[in-house]
Amino acid sequence: MIEALLLLTQILTITLRAGTSLIYAAVGEIYTERSGILNLGLEGMMLTGAVTAFATAFYTGSPWLGVLVAMGIGMIMAAIHAFLTVTMRANQVVSGLSITLFGTGLASFLGERLGPASNNGNLVGMVGPRFGPLEIPVLSQVPLVGALFKQDILTYLLYALVPLAVYYLYKTRNGLNLRAVGEDPQTADAMGIDVTRTRYLYTILGGMLAGFGGAHLSLAYAPGWTENITGGRGWIAIALVIFAMWDPARAVLGAILFGGINAVQFRLQASGTTIPAAYLNMLPYLMTILVLVIMTWWENLSHRIGAPAALGKAYMREEK
Amino acid sequence: MRIVFEKRESVSRRATVLVPVVSFVVSLIFGAILLAVSGANPFVTYAAMVKGAVGSWYGITETLVKAIPLMLTGLAVSIAFRMRFWNIGAEGQLTLGGVAAAGVALYWSQGLPGWTVLPLAILAGIVAGALWAGIPAVLKAYLKVDETLTTLMLNYVAILYSEHLYYIAWRAPGYNSGTAKFPETAWLPQIAGRANVGLIFAIILAILLWLVFKYTRWGFELKIIGENQTAARYLGINIARNIVLALLLSGALSGLAGACEVLGLSRRLQQGLSVGYGYTAIIVAWMAQLNPIVILFVAILMAALLVGGDQIQMKMRLPASVGLVLQGMILIPMLAGTIFTEYRIRIVRPEKHAQPEVTS
Repeated sequence: MIEALLLLTQILTITLRAGTSLIYAAVGEIYTERSGILNLGLEGMMLTGAVTAFATAFYTGSPWLGVLVAMGIGMIMAAIHAFLTVTMRANQVVSGLSITLFGTGLASFLGERLGPASNNGNLVGMVGPRFGPLEIPVLSQVPLVGALFKQDILTYLLYALVPLAVYYLYKTRNGLNLRAVGEDPQTADAMGIDVTRTRYLYTILGGMLAGFGGAHLSLAYAPGWTENITGGRGWIAIALVIFAMWDPARAVLGAILFGGINAVQFRLQASGTTIPAAYLNMLPYLMTILVLVIMTWWENLSHRIGAPAALGKAYMREEK
Repeated sequence: MRIVFEKRESVSRRATVLVPVVSFVVSLIFGAILLAVSGANPFVTYAAMVKGAVGSWYGITETLVKAIPLMLTGLAVSIAFRMRFWNIGAEGQLTLGGVAAAGVALYWSQGLPGWTVLPLAILAGIVAGALWAGIPAVLKAYLKVDETLTTLMLNYVAILYSEHLYYIAWRAPGYNSGTAKFPETAWLPQIAGRANVGLIFAIILAILLWLVFKYTRWGFELKIIGENQTAARYLGINIARNIVLALLLSGALSGLAGACEVLGLSRRLQQGLSVGYGYTAIIVAWMAQLNPIVILFVAILMAALLVGGDQIQMKMRLPASVGLVLQGMILIPMLAGTIFTEYRIRIVRPEKHAQPEVTS
């Protein structure tokens, strides 16, 4: 009984750690999509964030500086996406895809170029400063709940960020304006809300959080840089937004679900299961598809549409 | 003074040609800056890339080797993109096509007459690719499940499955990874260097698709669905059926690409089947503005960037991913510029207020 509890606590601990980068990215994407902009560049932003965060921490010795740089990179890439989709009215899907393709190439280039000369410029395999787990005395010893208190500082930050994200979105004037822009930009515009400014602002905020999530991967979760460190987490985060019906609190639930799959995967592999590793590794991706199918099916049945009404559509004032 | 976008009456032909060309140049400039910042001479690097990609018969044929899968997958995604179905699963469809072709070549070839092995292996690749694309198509057509995510997730599943096969299930005894070499009856002939018959398939398919898009009712239906779903419905077009049909065809072409890769190039299933052609295909298709004939040429250009990247890695010890960075950068200026094909920019000056009359 006690052993089972300990095992469960351990699985929960890994679950949270694995879910952290997803929560950052998904909360950011929720804000972006609430303004009416779909950002499929998440994967590219997380990758570039991860590599620059690690390189910065490696050379300066400060993981915090690494997080800052990753946030900055995410903001710049998101600003490009905002410029293309808001100002130049480019197709949001293609723009996001191109940011991801660009980010993937750039991250792989930087990973092979920013490393020390002694390692041929390669960052792979380097050990740098990291955010280790900080166990909170007493609390971390409680079964099950203890999992919440054996995390790294970036995960602890989420305990403040998520409630704040929920509060801001539903209880503040700015949050109301943001939702208005995503639902009905014409009316929002008529009410005197600056649609363009709002969309830029929250797209850039989303990119910042995606970069943050990437930094968590290379500075706390992995830690270190490996090519394709995200393994599709940027895409899974986008799926989480749909699962969460664009609600930051529900995104946490989804991230725990996916983190849980990762944790179970680890446990099974460690226990020497006969199931081939490849099949276990497929689980998060198959799960994503399943979740999407169930959510869409349920939305169709209940005639509830969770997506902001203006999501993906460029707003053109001149044509009205 | 403010800037206003005005819709053009017709799409500007000049802008259609100019925008991709300018975008390519812009991406080269950005790439040069990145190279310079990272401590490499951009001019020397670019010169080495060009020389590596087209400076020798070997380089040219290697460029064609990489152009073949880019042409086929570029054509594949262009079919789906035409109706604004975002199939970003070409990578997985290609991988599974390669797996199916390899399966036939390895395990079915014994009992069959020799001449049937190659066509059967190619067919298996085509069918596998089509079915793999069919899953997200059916989910989208009948349940409205977002296709960008499903097509992408299936890439990971297909790649993991192929890895399982060549690392474990199908691994040849005595090797760390990779299957046994296929029997010669399953080899797709090479026509120039290592470039195989897939090149001819790609050219024929591009011409066929061009004809289909331009002259058939089906080509017209896809275009209408892409431009205006409501109009398509009023015209009585069956959108769900078209999504499934178009995606089966799209997946089939990617599957063919995978079959050509394993049957014509590696001639065994091994690491290196999934190297990102299915993603570069997105750039190829969009830069070619979904024109099948233009896709052939853009695919060669993108292949040259990849081969050039490999060359500078070997000769200058620079990362091969320079080619990927340049490719990834092309779409960004291009997207910014596309607006000029449909809109013209007009600068509006505030009207001069009538001068108050001064009476003296």
